[in-house]
Amino acid sequence: MTDKIKKIRLTDRNVKFLEKVEEISGESITLCDQCGTCSAGCPFVEEMDITPSQLMREVLLGQEEVLRARTTWICASCFTCTVRCPRMLDVSKVAEALRQIGLRQAIDEIDINIIDREEYRKMPTIALVSAYRKLTG
Amino acid sequence: MKVGVYLCQCGGNISNVVDLDAVEKYMDNGDDIVVIKQSSHMCSGAGQKLITDDIAAQKLDRVVIASCSPQFHEKTFRAALQKAGLNPYLLEIANFREHCSWAHKDKPEDATQKSIDLLNAAIAKARLDYPLEETKMKLGNEVLVIGAGIAGIQAALDLADTGQKVYLVERLPTIGGNMAILTKTFPTEDCASCILSPKMAAAQAHPNITLITDAEIEHILGHRLHFEAIIKVNPRYVKPEIDMDECIGCALCEEACPVETPNYWEQGIVNRKAIYIPAPHAIPYKYLIDPETCLNLNGGSCNACVDVCPQKAMDFDQRPETIKVEVDSIVVATGFDIYDATEKHVFGYGKFENVVNGLEMERIVDHIMEKDPPRQVGKRVAFVQCVGSRDEQIGREYCSRVCCMYSVKLASLLKQAKPGTDIYIFYTDLRAFGKGFEEYYKRAQKMGIKFIRGKPAHFTEDPDTKKVTVLVEDTLSREIIESEFDLVVLAVGLGPNRHSEKVADDLKLARSEDGFLKEAHPKYRPVDTLVEGVFLAGVAQGPKDIPDTVAQASAAAAKVIVALAQKEFSLDPMLAFVHPELCDGCEKCLGVCPVDAIVMNDDDKAGIKETLCIGCGACISSCPTGAIDLNGYTNEQLFAEVEAALKSKKPGERRAIVFGDSGSTYRLADTVGVRKMKYATDSRVLMVPSGCRVTPKLILFALSKGADAVLIGDSPVKGNRFEWAWDFTSANVESAKAKAAEAGIEGERIFSIEFSAGDLAKFIETMNDLSDKMARLEPIPDDKKSSLFDLKR
Ligand SMILES: Cc1cc2nc3c(=O)[nH]c(=O)nc-3n(C[C@H](O)[C@H](O)[C@H](O)COP(=O)(O)OP(=O)(O)OC[C@H]3O[C@@H](n4cnc5c(N)ncnc54)[C@H](O)[C@@H]3O)c2cc1C
Ligand code: SF4
Ligand code: SF4
Ligand code: SF4
Ligand code: SF4
Repeated sequence: MTDKIKKIRLTDRNVKFLEKVEEISGESITLCDQCGTCSAGCPFVEEMDITPSQLMREVLLGQEEVLRARTTWICASCFTCTVRCPRMLDVSKVAEALRQIGLRQAIDEIDINIIDREEYRKMPTIALVSAYRKLTG
Repeated sequence: MKVGVYLCQCGGNISNVVDLDAVEKYMDNGDDIVVIKQSSHMCSGAGQKLITDDIAAQKLDRVVIASCSPQFHEKTFRAALQKAGLNPYLLEIANFREHCSWAHKDKPEDATQKSIDLLNAAIAKARLDYPLEETKMKLGNEVLVIGAGIAGIQAALDLADTGQKVYLVERLPTIGGNMAILTKTFPTEDCASCILSPKMAAAQAHPNITLITDAEIEHILGHRLHFEAIIKVNPRYVKPEIDMDECIGCALCEEACPVETPNYWEQGIVNRKAIYIPAPHAIPYKYLIDPETCLNLNGGSCNACVDVCPQKAMDFDQRPETIKVEVDSIVVATGFDIYDATEKHVFGYGKFENVVNGLEMERIVDHIMEKDPPRQVGKRVAFVQCVGSRDEQIGREYCSRVCCMYSVKLASLLKQAKPGTDIYIFYTDLRAFGKGFEEYYKRAQKMGIKFIRGKPAHFTEDPDTKKVTVLVEDTLSREIIESEFDLVVLAVGLGPNRHSEKVADDLKLARSEDGFLKEAHPKYRPVDTLVEGVFLAGVAQGPKDIPDTVAQASAAAAKVIVALAQKEFSLDPMLAFVHPELCDGCEKCLGVCPVDAIVMNDDDKAGIKETLCIGCGACISSCPTGAIDLNGYTNEQLFAEVEAALKSKKPGERRAIVFGDSGSTYRLADTVGVRKMKYATDSRVLMVPSGCRVTPKLILFALSKGADAVLIGDSPVKGNRFEWAWDFTSANVESAKAKAAEAGIEGERIFSIEFSAGDLAKFIETMNDLSDKMARLEPIPDDKKSSLFDLKR
């Protein structure tokens, strides 16, 4: 539960963000029915801060904070959601798009140099790979 | 021959663009043209009088009118000819308005040239016209209703009450359809069998209804207001009423029979014997033996039922009977099958014993309310919505429309019968759109039934307790719920009944994207099909609840009555015919005709059944000797039209001949004209009944006479009644291309395209591309043209 109700303003900027994610991912996010199939099927959902369907929703609403969601990094592209989504959407592609945008904006959620050992062991492989990748050319 | 030519100014609509004086000057000036007149409105009384007077005074025997598209006033002008005593089919119309003056407003010279070409084509065709007679067919009052669910029963009763003779055919051994399986019905909670049984009984008792149960439609022939159906009636193996030694319903046999098998009307919740009465409210209420499970009928020596039967009513030697009925109209009410949830493995249906579908739950709840439940439900029950609906993974995009409400109903009934039950309904969107539905939904909420917005995606069974754990996101709170249930009910959707396929194929009924039978128009003709005399009722046309089904069934009955009230109808004479002297009896055409209208006569020559032929022309290119032809569009006429339309072509000019099917492409060109949309002026659209009428020879002939390209426009393949026509059109195009290639002519000059009536932009683009293509290609050299020439007509 968040402590305060957030007020969202729907502006051109929100729409631009949605369009950008749609373009990079190739997915029509407005098609999402919010049925929750992806979330309930996702084997990693308990590790996530927002559910996959919520991720879809935040993007639809153009909420750029979604770039900071752990979910994008935890998604392992296992495609469980992809083969189940009744609207044939691919949440993993959306997560990938968000990772790309995040990397380009150099949002440093994880600094591999200062991360502690315990955290390091718990981190999903994909997050590690990406964290290293951003330091290479 | 005396031809009268009338040029309509259309109050300036035509004459302000097309120079009609130039038309008079440069048109075909054969000696047989004895009248050429202009009139401001040919369709007016004065315009028509010109024609009738000239027919009388000048003894005209052909009339050619240059005016608006034939779709507007062909009927008017035909009537004028008839009034003057001339056969109405000695008329041709040149489309000056839609195809010339309106479409090429900005290019009056081109419009005038195109007009002259179209007029010359019409005159050439008119010279070859001959009188045609419309055969009058008497209409009876016999109607075949296929499927005896509530839709079929309601339609049959309405028809029978108004004096029609009805054959009500049902595949299963009792009538009633799926409604006969239901417990109470939403939103009023009337008991289904209590409101259905009286109608079933009335159908059985009605003197105007012949019930034919346990019967399959083997074949249906016919396409307009006359149909023949071959029906196979399965044996019941228990002697029918007419015999003295009939079954008296003592039920001794049922007790004696050693075979136990799931009862369909109980959805397998309860078993029955091999000799059985399907349901307590079955109609006919008679014993029958199920040949699948009866030991005796499967080579065994069991005779238990015969031994105990006081009447010795069993007859194991019965064989299927075939009956033939001839009817004037048909109502297709073949209903639905529920979605087979074993296809979606995640839900565990078929694997986990406590996962059931909605129809099974109908029976379970019914027995719980009757207080003799063969199966308990436990304390915690979950309903899962949209199983087999709204799911593109399995190719079912549509909403099944009844499953939200039937789950609300089953949950409410269960809660009332067992108030201690905890009931959860997991939904994505809850659709409560009908009369009284929202109130019913609210009542269920008030009862404490919990509605949770999310679609479960993970199911596991506890191997010991057999309880089912469900994983679902509550998409409103964003929490993941993991919870154990005693019973999970899958709200399965509705799909077209798989047994309707044969009927739909035989009658050439179109299907919508969702697979249900397609109505003729989604708004104005919701119960009609494109086949005259065939109507749709109930879920066969698309998912709906009982009130909508009944309303549609009564509407279908009313439409049958309207159709039959004509008492008589005339057959369009534009049908195929055979030149017997040319037919050598090869039977090639038989396999081609999509409606089986060609028969071999006693003299081994092909003949056409007028009542069946739809005048598509597919057969014509199939005949190796050219023995088949089509009234109104004979080979000679089409060749003459093409030649005349190309005659004015000057060196350096380009021309395309476009054959437009009357149902779609020709009308599309009209609409483009009506909207005054512009396109390239170098095409000439000639009407054909359907694309497959255009033979390879006709295509090559057009090229040899100066066409730079030939396009065949046909109605779209999908959802079109003449879907098959495309196979012939494509084959003809391919064959023409191959022959053209032999003569060294580029294949890209010949092609076909599908157009639906609303494809305005596509039409314009096609015509413009065609024009560019022709400009790009060198003209066909004369030697190549003449090498096409030896192709005989
Ligand atoms: C679980 C469930 C619960 C429902 N509850 C409700 C409710 O509470 N209230 C409500 O309004 N609606 C309810 N409905 C919807 C309701 O069942 C339908 O609206 C209704 O049954 C449609 O009737 P029908 O005659 O069109 O089709 P059907 O009932 O399917 O009847 C079609 C008949 O045609 C026969 N047939 C098919 N092909 C052939 C053939 N080739 N030759 C001969 N016969 C053939 C079939 O055997 C069948 O008997 C429910 C549906 C389901 C699945
Ligand atoms: S499964 Fe598909 S439609 Fe459903 S919430 Fe997830 S992305 Fe949206
Ligand atoms: S003969 Fe068939 S129907 Fe009769 S008792 Fe034996 S198994 Fe049952
Ligand atoms: S009626 Fe309800 S359960 Fe059935 S498909 Fe439509 S939304 Fe889903
Ligand atoms: S025109 Fe020929 S193919 Fe078409 S329906 Fe008539 S007989 Fe059959």
